[in-house]
Amino acid sequence: MLDAIGAGSIEELFDQVPAEVRLDRALDLPDGLTETECFDHLAGLAARNAHADAEVCFLGAGMYDHYVPAIVDAITQRSEFLTPYTPYQPEVSQGGLQVMFEFQTAISELTALPVSNASLYEGPSSVASAAYLAIGATKGRRKLVVSRGVHPHSRETLRTYAKGFGADVVEVGLDGGVTDAAELAEAVDTDTAAVFVQNPNFLGAVEDLEALAAVAKEAGALTVAAVDPLTLGVLRPPGESGVDIALGEGQSMGGRLDFGGPSFGFFAATEEHLRRMPGRIAGETTDADGRRGFVLALQTREQHIRREKATHNICTSQALNALGGVIYLAWLGRQGIVELGELMARRTAYARERLAGVEGVELLHEAPVVREFAVRLDAPVDEVLDRVAEDGIAAGYPLAREYPEYEDGLLVAITERRSKEDIDRLADSLGAAIGALRTHTVQKAPIPEEVAS
Amino acid sequence: MTSGTALSPPSNADTPTAHQRERATTIFERSVAGRRAGSVPKTDVPERSLADLIPANLRRERPPQLPEVSEPEIVRHYNRLSRRNFDLDTGPYPLGSCTMKHNPRLNERVAALPGHARLHPAQSPKRAQGALDLMWRLERSLSEICGLPHVSLQPSAGSHGELAGLLLTRAYHEDRGEERTRVLTPDTSHGTNPASVTMAGYEVVKVATDERGGVDLDDLRSKIDESVACLMLTNPNTLGVFDENITEIARVVHASGATLYYDGANLNAIMGRSRPGDMGFDIVHVNLHKSFSQPHGGGGPGAGPIAVSDRIEPYLPVPRIVRSEGGNGASPAYDFDYAQPKSIGRLRGFAGNFGVFVRSYAYIRSLGGDGLTEASETAVLNANYLLAKLREGRAGRYLPVAFDRTCMHEFVLSGASAKRELGVKTLDVAKRLLDFGFHPPTIYFPLLVDEALMVEPTETETREALDALAEAFDEILAEAESDPEIARKAPYTTPVRRLDEASASRHPVVRQAL
Repeated sequence: MLDAIGAGSIEELFDQVPAEVRLDRALDLPDGLTETECFDHLAGLAARNAHADAEVCFLGAGMYDHYVPAIVDAITQRSEFLTPYTPYQPEVSQGGLQVMFEFQTAISELTALPVSNASLYEGPSSVASAAYLAIGATKGRRKLVVSRGVHPHSRETLRTYAKGFGADVVEVGLDGGVTDAAELAEAVDTDTAAVFVQNPNFLGAVEDLEALAAVAKEAGALTVAAVDPLTLGVLRPPGESGVDIALGEGQSMGGRLDFGGPSFGFFAATEEHLRRMPGRIAGETTDADGRRGFVLALQTREQHIRREKATHNICTSQALNALGGVIYLAWLGRQGIVELGELMARRTAYARERLAGVEGVELLHEAPVVREFAVRLDAPVDEVLDRVAEDGIAAGYPLAREYPEYEDGLLVAITERRSKEDIDRLADSLGAAIGALRTHTVQKAPIPEEVAS
Repeated sequence: MTSGTALSPPSNADTPTAHQRERATTIFERSVAGRRAGSVPKTDVPERSLADLIPANLRRERPPQLPEVSEPEIVRHYNRLSRRNFDLDTGPYPLGSCTMKHNPRLNERVAALPGHARLHPAQSPKRAQGALDLMWRLERSLSEICGLPHVSLQPSAGSHGELAGLLLTRAYHEDRGEERTRVLTPDTSHGTNPASVTMAGYEVVKVATDERGGVDLDDLRSKIDESVACLMLTNPNTLGVFDENITEIARVVHASGATLYYDGANLNAIMGRSRPGDMGFDIVHVNLHKSFSQPHGGGGPGAGPIAVSDRIEPYLPVPRIVRSEGGNGASPAYDFDYAQPKSIGRLRGFAGNFGVFVRSYAYIRSLGGDGLTEASETAVLNANYLLAKLREGRAGRYLPVAFDRTCMHEFVLSGASAKRELGVKTLDVAKRLLDFGFHPPTIYFPLLVDEALMVEPTETETREALDALAEAFDEILAEAESDPEIARKAPYTTPVRRLDEASASRHPVVRQAL
């Protein structure tokens, strides 16, 4: 091959790299491994993680332990879906493009909004992407009003991006578990580009989206709702509640937990925002012989065409994960999405009542919930979690770091995989842990002065 | 579809193929009321009316019209669709700037281990030590490869890494009490660069390219001043050539107080041979889905970790991974650290695309340091070999290389002569390549080159595959010499023929009407 090139050595091909920036030593990395060795090494690392098959998982906070149907893996692992690039050559990418079109249709149906893109990176960054759209759509309004019911990761991501947008982020608190509507009305003004809410919110409470959206609309601001897709079989969809943009985390639709990623974000909006949407969008068209086909539509929004004037910088979508999502939704189907929502609502109601009956546990709020709820523990939360973990249970997500006002708070998530028996075990284990820690605390209580002296 | 063949494929559309005869039908169109695939477990808790649990005004009245289909129908539907895709496992995919290298299946297997795939992101770090250890090891590996001491794995893709880098730049300057408003990018840069600059609130200023294909130093010097926050550069750049003036560029940029950003899309050319940190870059993003073999999945997922210098480190996104040495022979412990007062904050949920990290870490461990170096060397060898083979044939005349130098891992051809002399555009050549069983190169990029074709064969293509690709180019040009219509109307053998993209944007239909 070197002869064909006319070079004497590989070294010669690298002559264009100036000597002062060449690495004159080998990379300081371990030697290569055989396939067997590499598998064993990775399996060894994996064995040090307590995963959701090894314990009873009540963790949620945006990602949930739902069953992933076998057909999701079987189809997404096919080379034809796994190994192509973005469908820049539509004639040989009809499979992927049609999947995007089907995905957009499914998301549009779930959210009851007319247009959807073909996916974004994941949930929280999709919230920040909506802010970018809203600032553009409201002609330079620079205030973003966000409910404290929105996922803390989303709020933090929004703040990070807002530095670049030159926008201010204002938070509105919760009252009785849901967004404080009066405080929201006070915060929203004619400089507000968008109001951000989540449904169900981070504490699991179902929000009155319509009432919140009305406040935004009155001020000419957009309403952006982060929604949980698997609750949309039973909860009123954002598109019927006055919401302009609905988005969210897609992991629960056939995605692996994967310690947080990769998953996908979905993003749907009212028709007027189609040309400002971030990310890939597939559109239907015909070929030279009149056959039905699909292409990447509205590419003039995108960075590879519009560069600095693009509606977003995103290039990579999450096509493979979105494929898993649309397979999952087809598997679940029109009846399944309703049944799943109902089952979660009933089991969550049971779990909430069961836990509220445990000595040392009380409800953090009493708003309606579907799949997740928050409680307060009368013992140090981290210590309770450690003790319950010894029973093989991941009891939930501690709220203290992100909600200092709920230092004793715990968020508990329910899916179709958590049976009544699991819930009973959780209640018993929590009760025992709190009981033991309270006794422990009493024993450690300071000795009264008169006794000490 | 089959991979490259020496026999000329059909060049007429009189007899539609089986795929072409099959009308595209969506999963929604296959729906029949009452059919279903999955089922939901029975209620094992007290049956309660939903009305008791959720107020009527917050409930959904009509269920979403999801498809009603059985499992065999779903499987058959998506298997059919899969055959309407071309993929890397079927044939060469020399898509410039995208690094379509083979995806070892071991990486899929280890990513699917329950300890990885079934690990909840909110698991206590105490009970996810294997995951944090893996992330730590990947951070250290990328640090060594990039020649920069600190790494954050958090960004979800290259463009996300770019935005991170620009927000880091903003935080760095602001911390020093400086307000800078402009960011320089070469006119050859990826489209994501200027788009990220705008999202980060900066003004884009283009820098010209010199006659060798590198940054025009005079233009750079004339544009850089104290209003410039950053220069974003790809090296080797999108023309596939290494910028020989990189040390001087870094000196000029740093003298003005700006940061130097490295777009890692082309890192596959230089692993183990040269390091961005040693070139003077302050911030680097790495596309794990390019150099480190995460499958592209039809457009994602990927991951875009960033590596930075000491002066940028305080601003890295949270959470960071910290390691504390265990005393007395105990193994080290890992944790997430959120207490970084100068951090730009989060860029997304949880700690990044962990599943991508597993695959890329497995790839790095499989190859080792020497293997990665050899991968880059072979990528450069393959690109130069393919270029030499193309030059020998008709491509040398009709599709000459835009900058006549030794290339790195990719090169850019100009189809200006083919267009002028044969009346065949770059788009036509690309479409005809589809009939030969090859995915075309990246076309019409970089914008600087007229009728550009950007070719990146990668190290995992064999010499035989490269020869077949060069022959296909030659045959397409030979056909065009006698009958340019063949290429102009191509492709003929694909599931659909040329599609009307303009009308799809003028009158967008972006969902199925139900």
